[in-house]
Amino acid sequence: MQCDNSDMIETQGLTKIFKIGKDVEIPAVMDLTIKIAEGEVFGFLGPNGAGKTTTVRMLTSLIGPTNGTALVNGFVVGEEDQAIRRSVGILTENPGLYERLSARKNLEIFAKLYDVGDMAGQVEKYLKMLGLWSRSDDPVGSYSKGMRQKLAIARALLHEPKLLFLDEPTSGLDPEAARLIRAFIEELRDQNRTIFMCTHNLNEADRLCDRIGIFKSRLIEVDTPQNLRQKIFGRKVVFHLRVVDPAWLALIQDLSGVHKVEQFEQKLLVSLEDPESQNPEIIRILIEAGADILFVGELRHSLEDIYLETMRESEAKGVGS
Amino acid sequence: MKHIVTIIDKEWAEVFKNKMVLFTLIFMPLIFTILPLAMLFITGQGMDDIGGVNAADVPVEFLAACDEAMTAGECMQIYVVNQFLLLFMMMPVIIPVTIAAYSIVGEKTTHSLEPLLATPITTAELLAGKSLAAALPAILVGWGSFVIFLVTLPLIGVSRAVIGYIAGPTWLLAILVGGPLMAIAAVNFALFVSSRVNDPRAAEQISALLIIPILGLIFAQIAGLIIINIFVMLSFLGGMILVDIGMIYLGTTIFQRENILTRWK
Repeated sequence: MQCDNSDMIETQGLTKIFKIGKDVEIPAVMDLTIKIAEGEVFGFLGPNGAGKTTTVRMLTSLIGPTNGTALVNGFVVGEEDQAIRRSVGILTENPGLYERLSARKNLEIFAKLYDVGDMAGQVEKYLKMLGLWSRSDDPVGSYSKGMRQKLAIARALLHEPKLLFLDEPTSGLDPEAARLIRAFIEELRDQNRTIFMCTHNLNEADRLCDRIGIFKSRLIEVDTPQNLRQKIFGRKVVFHLRVVDPAWLALIQDLSGVHKVEQFEQKLLVSLEDPESQNPEIIRILIEAGADILFVGELRHSLEDIYLETMRESEAKGVGS
Repeated sequence: MKHIVTIIDKEWAEVFKNKMVLFTLIFMPLIFTILPLAMLFITGQGMDDIGGVNAADVPVEFLAACDEAMTAGECMQIYVVNQFLLLFMMMPVIIPVTIAAYSIVGEKTTHSLEPLLATPITTAELLAGKSLAAALPAILVGWGSFVIFLVTLPLIGVSRAVIGYIAGPTWLLAILVGGPLMAIAAVNFALFVSSRVNDPRAAEQISALLIIPILGLIFAQIAGLIIINIFVMLSFLGGMILVDIGMIYLGTTIFQRENILTRWK
């Protein structure tokens, strides 16, 4: 049942509850409803134990959902599991390589299991693409962590899946290795592959992802990083002045579309509806009032701020577990 | 079938790089083949025409199992070598347990099962590949050791009557049928144990408990409680078939993707 729409992932009320013994139930994923379009890079953020890996396992047909439905690349989870596994690539949290075998042998095994036609060609292509060709016959046990991660990514790509699941792709890597992996993910994005990425690296998610889902057993927020910033913090402009007269705060606060004005040392922090149209008026008022404006800039909250604020709000509301 | 062959290839490529497995595969069959040959050679020497042995030296229960045409010495040799039949039967238990313990618990400890389970391979293919990869070397080594043993017998002067007994139905059933049955039980038991432990050595040691029934047979025979003959062997094999059915059920029940990923900790 291959769907015709452009969504690569579509879930409806997807739920996974683990049972321990007869009485204990652990809700890992609750009521996840989400759509991820073809070519989209989707960041799945959440604390440890939030259910991210369980979600990936359900979407890759490794484990079945307790409730709800999911379509992955047009195939139904729980009914067309073989087809799903054939059509997606997965980088698991641990690379899980065969350390006694060479990189080439590792890839050949998976190329056979994925029924890759041009096995030798594909193995060579990805070993070269990820800079492992010169060490392809060395045992993987002699590889650095970064090299292993690259090899695990190559393994996930051998059968050219249109949809990739990356679980913590740069976790535990040194900055140089992490940068190389990120650059490769950017290349994959440019190839119009759909990427579902679990990560704790919020800068990475900010840089790579088209949309972000903040998750803690339940989906708390989902949007583009920019929209999340606006939704959670609004848009704020900082006016750096030589000297601040407290009377100026009231002048600005009276303007329409201004939500809030705060003073921090010689700076005014103004929450605005539409900075592009309101900044000139605020600047004019400040100059007329005698202010020396040294610098004007928009305050850009990091994804870390967004994430922490979202988690704080969700805990206050009792959302998630 | 292609996936099963790939899994066997992977298992062998990895597991045979493990010195412990290689040692078990080479050293144990060597010992288990040389020992009975040495015993037959020693008992054959110094009793030309088996003159040094009389019927009183052979357990009464065993005399009944000997061919009437056999001398008491030949009967004694068969009695001695019959203890080693059970050692031959231990080979298909110990070897696959060593391989399965390293291949399954090894995958568990290196987290390589998850990417493997994420491929289009079916659970049946994966289980069959892993089981065959562990059982086949044991069965082949068991059969190979027996062939070497059989071929060497005339070279060390063992009589035709004794060779005829060893190449007879009791031994052939034990080696050709009993070996594979024991190997299947061992692999599935190792699968079960592997789901509960995280250390290959622990899996190996616990799985090796399977040799206890064979040791029981050895001691029962030494104590004169039973004599391994065709009827005992057929009964034992019948029992092993039931054990295999139980073990396969246990192994396949345990070896479910969700169980492996969420409960094999």
